[in-house]
Amino acid sequence: MKEIPFTIASFENFLKEKKLMASRCNKCSALWLPPRPICIKCRSDELKWVELNGKGKLVAFTVIGVGPIPMIDAGYNRDNPYCAGIVEVEEGPRISAQILGVDVVHPENIKIGTPLTADFVERGSWHFVEELAKERKMYLVFRV
Amino acid sequence: MTRRKRRFGRGVAIVGAGMSPFGIRPDVTNRELFTEAFLDMGNSVDRGFDPKEIEALYVGNCGAEMWESQSVMGALCADVTGLTPRPALKIEDACASSSVAVREGIIGIASGIYDMVLAGGTEKMSVLPTNWTTMALACGSDTTYESSAGFTFPGLYASMATAHMEKYGTTHDDLLRVAIKNHSNGALNPKAHFPKTIKDVMNMRIAKAKEKGKSVPSWADEMEFLHDPRYNPVIAWPNTLFDCCPVTDGAACILLVAEEISKNFTDTPIYIIGSGQASGHNLHDRETLTSIPAAKIAAQQAYEMADISPQDIKIAEVHDCFTIAEVMAIADLGFFKEGKEAATAAGEGKTARDGVKPINVSGGLKCKGHPVGATGAAQTVEIFQQMRGEAGARQVTNMDINLALNHNIGAHGTTAVVQIYERR
Repeated sequence: MKEIPFTIASFENFLKEKKLMASRCNKCSALWLPPRPICIKCRSDELKWVELNGKGKLVAFTVIGVGPIPMIDAGYNRDNPYCAGIVEVEEGPRISAQILGVDVVHPENIKIGTPLTADFVERGSWHFVEELAKERKMYLVFRV
Repeated sequence: MTRRKRRFGRGVAIVGAGMSPFGIRPDVTNRELFTEAFLDMGNSVDRGFDPKEIEALYVGNCGAEMWESQSVMGALCADVTGLTPRPALKIEDACASSSVAVREGIIGIASGIYDMVLAGGTEKMSVLPTNWTTMALACGSDTTYESSAGFTFPGLYASMATAHMEKYGTTHDDLLRVAIKNHSNGALNPKAHFPKTIKDVMNMRIAKAKEKGKSVPSWADEMEFLHDPRYNPVIAWPNTLFDCCPVTDGAACILLVAEEISKNFTDTPIYIIGSGQASGHNLHDRETLTSIPAAKIAAQQAYEMADISPQDIKIAEVHDCFTIAEVMAIADLGFFKEGKEAATAAGEGKTARDGVKPINVSGGLKCKGHPVGATGAAQTVEIFQQMRGEAGARQVTNMDINLALNHNIGAHGTTAVVQIYERR
């Protein structure tokens, strides 16, 4: 898969195929999620795409009632809040994602350390220009 | 390679500092706000100065493109203050924009290129509805990997709060006590966005309920008021309304000169003896979620340059965009131990105006307000006034403030600036 560039577009194309992909350094084996085009540990630019198993755990979170516009458009508001969190995947790195299946009405019951599994949901895009914001995209989420 | 100790090529001093009133300012744009700050600064220069001698402008501005559909804020501010054709730089580093501007101004003088520069910042934020302001601010985090996951700014700091609570047993009440403390300071600041204590706010709500003939809430104290979700709703759990700084319009600027000419303008220049700046990863990529690594590095640089230790600093203005941010700041700066000691410092009165280490005597971002591109320079304005004994009712009086510091964070810690000031 070495012909696929280490770009945001490539990462998003993998999400469309419901694959969570990271980049691994060929020289020092460091694993990067979100994927990086340069290994910032050994500075090699020789990396390869690797698919992750999608398992992780919650390390920090919040429950939001007043979200950005794509989340408002997805139906979230003060009466229907959502959880956003930082997930440490089983392979090591951490990534930010919406967290589904937790008790957003009682955030005090949400536990750091909760095991999670990657999933993929479609939402509108993040853009100030309305025409561009309409574009549907696949996003990484994690579920209990 | 061993790096030589960083130092200024020559000394730099502040001889003037001013700011506009902070708040919701419906009838003015960034340019007028900056003009107010410029005129206020001019009035603070003891022996006056000739604006023609200003050789360059450094203007922090985070998002006039989004809030006012206006870029090139540097040149516009030069024009409105009559400083054209001087070179003018607009500097953007989210909420640290104006501290970066001040630092660039310092570097401009320390390098020997300029003898006098104007540095500051301005932000007009109240023009957009809340959802668009949320969007505009969120542009300071990583749009692809953080905002798109649903994170807002209150949400990112809320995540740090949950990590802090998990690791150290920090409570939400610990955080609310930071807000109570900063409001008690800001209540004495006539330029603050909300110059009221939280008890004042509570009593206003009670008076309003009486006036409208509604059932009058009976809170025992301000903490009970803050626990009432009808009056202090959750914004991004555990951050409630009173954990968050407001959306504010405002500007601030300072006049920087070479140390060798500083006494031409005043008998009491404030010298800048240390400056540090660092960048940082996205939150999920950091080795810690309970500290801001870039702030620690910037502080270390500034302390080394000034050749002093955290204990030497008398007062500090720190970046309390959310209550948890102050808890992390006072640990990252080395004032208190990370964890319980830092989390309880406000509650125990250690960081109060009459405490051992007064923090945010201006009211902080929390109460004074947070016009993002002006915040860092406004911290410097407070330090200038406090060190010269000109801070009025909120003047710290239980110590000789010969050394002070400001700590300004860009976004959620992707930029950090720390500056150290001395009065000789």
